[in-house]
Amino acid sequence: MKYINAIIDDINVSVEEGKTIMEAADSIGAHVPRLCYHPFLSTEGSCRICSVKVEGFGNLLPACATKIQEGMKVTTNSPEIRETRRDLVELLLDNHPRACLTCERDGNCELQNLSYKLGVRHRVFDGARKRFPIDFSNVSVVRDAEKCILCRRCVRVCSEIQGVHNLSQMFRGVNTVVTPAFQAPMDESVCIKCGQCINVCPTAAFIEKNDTDVVWEALKDRNKFVVVQTAPAIRAAIGEGWDIPHGTHVTGKTVAALRRIGFDAVFDTDFTADLTIMEESHEFIQRIKSGEGLPLITSCSPGWINFVEHFYPELLPNVSTCKSPMQMLSTLSKTYYAEKTGKDPKDIFMVAIMPCVAKKFEAKRPEHQAEAGYPYTDAVLTTRELIWMLKAYGVDFPNLPDEDFDNPMGIASGAGDIFGSTGGVMEAALRTSYELITGESIENLEFKNVRAIEGLKEATIDIKGTQINVAVANGLNNAKTILEKVKKGDKQYHLIEIMACPGGCVAGGGQPLSHVEKYIYPLDKEIIKLRQQALYNIDSGKTLRKSHENPAIKQIYNEYLEKPGSHISHELLHTSYQAKSPRGIK
Amino acid sequence: MCCEVKYTLENDIIEYIEECKKEEHPESYLIAVLHKVQGRYGFLSEIHIDEVAHILEVPTATVYGVATFYHYFKLKPRGKYSVSVCLGTACFVKGADSVLGAFKSELGIEMGETTSDGLFSIEGTRCIGVCALAPVVTINERVFSNVSPGQVPKILHDIKDTD
Repeated sequence: MKYINAIIDDINVSVEEGKTIMEAADSIGAHVPRLCYHPFLSTEGSCRICSVKVEGFGNLLPACATKIQEGMKVTTNSPEIRETRRDLVELLLDNHPRACLTCERDGNCELQNLSYKLGVRHRVFDGARKRFPIDFSNVSVVRDAEKCILCRRCVRVCSEIQGVHNLSQMFRGVNTVVTPAFQAPMDESVCIKCGQCINVCPTAAFIEKNDTDVVWEALKDRNKFVVVQTAPAIRAAIGEGWDIPHGTHVTGKTVAALRRIGFDAVFDTDFTADLTIMEESHEFIQRIKSGEGLPLITSCSPGWINFVEHFYPELLPNVSTCKSPMQMLSTLSKTYYAEKTGKDPKDIFMVAIMPCVAKKFEAKRPEHQAEAGYPYTDAVLTTRELIWMLKAYGVDFPNLPDEDFDNPMGIASGAGDIFGSTGGVMEAALRTSYELITGESIENLEFKNVRAIEGLKEATIDIKGTQINVAVANGLNNAKTILEKVKKGDKQYHLIEIMACPGGCVAGGGQPLSHVEKYIYPLDKEIIKLRQQALYNIDSGKTLRKSHENPAIKQIYNEYLEKPGSHISHELLHTSYQAKSPRGIK
Repeated sequence: MCCEVKYTLENDIIEYIEECKKEEHPESYLIAVLHKVQGRYGFLSEIHIDEVAHILEVPTATVYGVATFYHYFKLKPRGKYSVSVCLGTACFVKGADSVLGAFKSELGIEMGETTSDGLFSIEGTRCIGVCALAPVVTINERVFSNVSPGQVPKILHDIKDTD
């Protein structure tokens, strides 16, 4: 490795060849302000906030996009450079709504933060502003182009990480706007509603559709029995809303908090994760026996389901017909639980707390409405929305005691808990499938080779002489790689797990945003690993670690569902998919 | 579910795109392809943009981004007679804006629009390089020099007569 010697702010630095001025400056603690830059996406260099002075160059150079060279003399800060940066931010603000007070990103907006830090205290120009209507067409993601600063992070994440390519910059100059093709409403585009654009947006140009009001109304309504469920990934991240260290699992406090704001029953989506494993393993074993419909591809991630419907409809027969754990729990709440407790399902209001914005869309799918006309899931809130609600209600989250989920849908095995991490569904399915196929107890429960955070993992599992080829993909660009292999038939895969978001649900489009002050960015592998570890710690701390051994699962099959794959299971726990338009370009 | 797709682009254009795909960087032929499509159909319709995207395997959003970036590409059908008023500096100081205004009020349309009979459309152009004749207007291949707003009705009338 060749090293480059340069001088930054009168300090001698030696960094690997190919590093940028920004990386070299960071290494000596000379933090250069930045805006369009994102460490896990390609370099953009459009905002110019990271401008620095390099000896010999007339103009300031962008530190994020300029490679450091031998002998370079760089000045990262001076009164003039600060003024330039401030002026650039002022120009952005002059074309930005004055809505900070009511904006969802208030206090955690990169533009607001920079503006404050660089000393912008008033607006200089009051001329024409770009005007665009807010795009509310999509039930998951709201696009507000007036708040957009054209950093293209959303465009980059949508193409570089997700391979969806839904967004691009349209027109030019003052008319430039980021939209889907043909400026179509988000709902009529190939958007898969994963919400990664929300996570990387420095402002609130992309934000989830706010459903907190309908939930407040339901909580206020004395005639409603308001049931809530929380997904596996929530407990690994919600504490971040109160600066509880990353990777702390706060299951008990989350349950307590949900009771404090008035939910009548608090169920665990991990319970139906176990149920998913029962149904999916049954489906998998059937397919292994018949040799048809292989590989089986998991169906828990609604972003992935949207992706396969728009981009790979030819592979729909391979996708498991199992509803997602969220939909299974919602359906059972309005059938099994309603019957058991003598409630009219119409009086039950079902709320799901999800790390995901695509879940909002999933809940609204026609397939997930009861025949009587009501939805099984009435409202989906992201982890962020729940944090807003709890703060609005004054819940002192860090000091809450631990409480347990309600019965009968509150007990989960460790296999259900790890659903929130990439590889988790695969591992849970293997634990159960292995034992159901062989009839023997599995020796080593932990399939560590599918756990890694990497976007694409493959393994061959020996089930008593039968070699099962499995693959795990997270981030849809990685999924494309494996799906192309499946289509070409290069290798016979048996089971594939796909999660739309990089790292799995723990890094979903609805998870807490890192605080802008800390220079931690969404997609940060270290944060994702800590959240994953929180789930694996819950799993390893349990004695109940296999879905099929969960007593609550046994109970529900005894009382209601008969057995995996039964007629009633099919009716309540399985679904179907359709090719969707517009077709995506792979 | 997924079957043979019928394209509205003509075969020779589809073949051209297929040829481009054999090159090292097929996406770098996008502008050339769009030129060909506009040359044939007069503008880039949404359906054609989408078809180019699918055949060339470049995301539709990217193709639309390129098509909207360059002024040369038209997204709306143009009239049989395309009125281009030069808005370069020389033409402008000699009154091109009032000539443009006269075309607009005479035809009852704005820049970039087409009359309902499909006969005329108006656009403004950058300097076309014959400043000595300012203000200059071109209608398809014909050049009109030293145009004043008062001449506009007659110019349009003559064109209609020869149509």
